[in-house]
Amino acid sequence: MKCEELLAMLNEYVDGTVDPAICEEFERHMAGCNPCQVVVDNIRQTITLYRDGRPHALPMQFREKMHADLRKKWKEKFPAQ
Amino acid sequence: MSTPFSPEPPDAELVRRAKAGELDAFEALTNRYEQRVYGLAMRMLRQAQDAEDVTQQTFLSVLENLEGFRGDSSFSTWVLRIASHAALKIIRKRKGLPTVSLEEATEPSDNINSIPHPEFIADWRQSPAHLVEQHEVRRLLDDALARLDEKYRLVFLLRDAEGLSVKETAEALELSEGNVKIRLLRARLQLREDLTRALGDPARQLVRSPHHHQ
Repeated sequence: MKCEELLAMLNEYVDGTVDPAICEEFERHMAGCNPCQVVVDNIRQTITLYRDGRPHALPMQFREKMHADLRKKWKEKFPAQ
Repeated sequence: MSTPFSPEPPDAELVRRAKAGELDAFEALTNRYEQRVYGLAMRMLRQAQDAEDVTQQTFLSVLENLEGFRGDSSFSTWVLRIASHAALKIIRKRKGLPTVSLEEATEPSDNINSIPHPEFIADWRQSPAHLVEQHEVRRLLDDALARLDEKYRLVFLLRDAEGLSVKETAEALELSEGNVKIRLLRARLQLREDLTRALGDPARQLVRSPHHHQ
């Protein structure tokens, strides 16, 4: 496997959806290619940072107003209740 | 957002009750997803007023279209789909562009042969667990996202930040799974490049000699 081929398989490898035979080849390449190993590590870390990063908190004042608007709309839609 | 310690009814049950006119069920669904929708919109748009507009429009649309939701996709995918389209609409408007679908925005260069190679390769100085605790890191993450074309950004956010599957991301954005995969790869590689330039240890930078592998 060449570095280019590894790059093309990167998603499947990182997501764990790669065919086992190709996975083995992938790992054999990485064992002998430090840059590819580090790129794979960096990609995993990148995904972790975005997944676990602090979200922008929903502003409370806006939230209250939105819920009030939604309740009003709801009562127009279901007037009997 | 659901709390793990109290057994809460699944989305499908709340949807059924909301369709029958139960306001509490609709509010429970809104409570469950409003933070995710707002967070996604902020990461897409970086502007609180616009993110609020997206959030409000999303839940108004949920309210108006709930009868038509048949559960072909999960409720969460459906909500994130509505939010994604609302966010894209704002981006197109900002750019003064007519609203086009994501599929139409596909460029011919979207193929595996045009994937840029990693350039700055180095181990990071700190672990992600340390980094997420730092306030300035959020800004770094948002800056890197902002440099990413929105069609890659949205795919990355839905798949990797929101945890949708490739299939669900494809459904939400009305793209083929192949298209989602290629955009995801571009997004992951570009974000890796950006973040590694900021977080990588220059003393441990690795140089890849071209074609040194068979």
